[in-house]
Amino acid sequence: MAQEPIEIILLRHLASYLAVPIWITDAEGNLIYYNEPAEELLGKRFDEAGEIGADALDALFLTTDLDGTPIPNDDLPLVIALREHHPAHRAMRIKRLDGEPRTIELTAIPVIGQGERFLGALATFWEKH
Amino acid sequence: MRVRLWGTRGSVARAGPETVRYGGDTAAVEVRGGDESVLILDGGSGLLLMTPRLENVRRIDLLLTHLHMDHVQGLGFFPPLRDSGIETHLWGPVSTTLTLEERLLRYLSPPLFPVRLRDFKELHLHDVGPGTHEIGSFGVDADLIAHPGSTLGFRIRQERGGTLAYLPDHEPALGEPEWVVDPRWTSGFDLIKGVDVVIHDAQYTEEEYRRRVGWGHSTLAHAITLASGAGARALVPFHHDPEHTDDDIDRMLAAARVPEGLEVIPGRIGLELEV
Repeated sequence: MAQEPIEIILLRHLASYLAVPIWITDAEGNLIYYNEPAEELLGKRFDEAGEIGADALDALFLTTDLDGTPIPNDDLPLVIALREHHPAHRAMRIKRLDGEPRTIELTAIPVIGQGERFLGALATFWEKH
Repeated sequence: MRVRLWGTRGSVARAGPETVRYGGDTAAVEVRGGDESVLILDGGSGLLLMTPRLENVRRIDLLLTHLHMDHVQGLGFFPPLRDSGIETHLWGPVSTTLTLEERLLRYLSPPLFPVRLRDFKELHLHDVGPGTHEIGSFGVDADLIAHPGSTLGFRIRQERGGTLAYLPDHEPALGEPEWVVDPRWTSGFDLIKGVDVVIHDAQYTEEEYRRRVGWGHSTLAHAITLASGAGARALVPFHHDPEHTDDDIDRMLAAARVPEGLEVIPGRIGLELEV
């Protein structure tokens, strides 16, 4: 597998040291890394789950609005950050990878590197009480 | 390609009897193609030593890995930029906000320097991003690498020649206390993969590195680990710490554990390699 851009490598290093849950996707929206705090909220260790393709992500977490209405894929913050290259935020309900429901708030930010290269997105999220 | 080191020191030049063998001048490397075309890697104080060899050259391509002073301080004193009739192309890393010209002007203008960038003759500036570039008769792969600020590493090849990688300032072990070379997640891996020779940062001892994590440099052991892990055939340790004497560098090299399949060629001033 080809080497990742330095911005993504350094982002992964940083995420691995932070206590805030973080996801990192590549430019195509494939989930290529999440850190240990994210493992807690998602219900599976990254080493077990491995990378998750963009197509599988939405179906995997069964995201809905707080009232239970399914959120169209195009309206998910991560998809907006990837498509429109600007930050997006939303409160939502998800089902963890082990099936347990959670209510979270999620902010997604595009990753744009030197020379205006679009490299992917990162998402940080926290449980809404 | 013929490669010659004119400046090997990192951070700041250090002249004196203790640095005669490995060299006291900062980064400057001459690369001559089979067709006598000239590529220069970095513009440290070593540039001045190179000047007499450029008399019959009509075009120079000078690649800057980044704009820290030890890599550009020779530019203001480089005769081909003044009035020699040599067409000079300066290639440097892209930035998110300023052009190469705007950034170089911070140094090459008063009060830091008496001569202005615009006074240099036949100078052409090129902002370089990651990717493959045809520069003269050389093929150059450039990629951003782990070092503070926008910093490039280069992989250079020429038709019917070998491959040379140049990463003089690089901290691939940053954030990895138990570092293992992973091709996908290691800065600089693709540049070094399978090259004939890699010139690489080897500034610190392991004890020094523990106090300077995040400064953007490697230990000799890091350089060996990366070169070996990426399948390079030879490593030239480079960017020697200005506090290290020739004897210190001798001791570092003597203590190094070099895996089978990798040759370590000490990076000293005047070293010539056929790649």
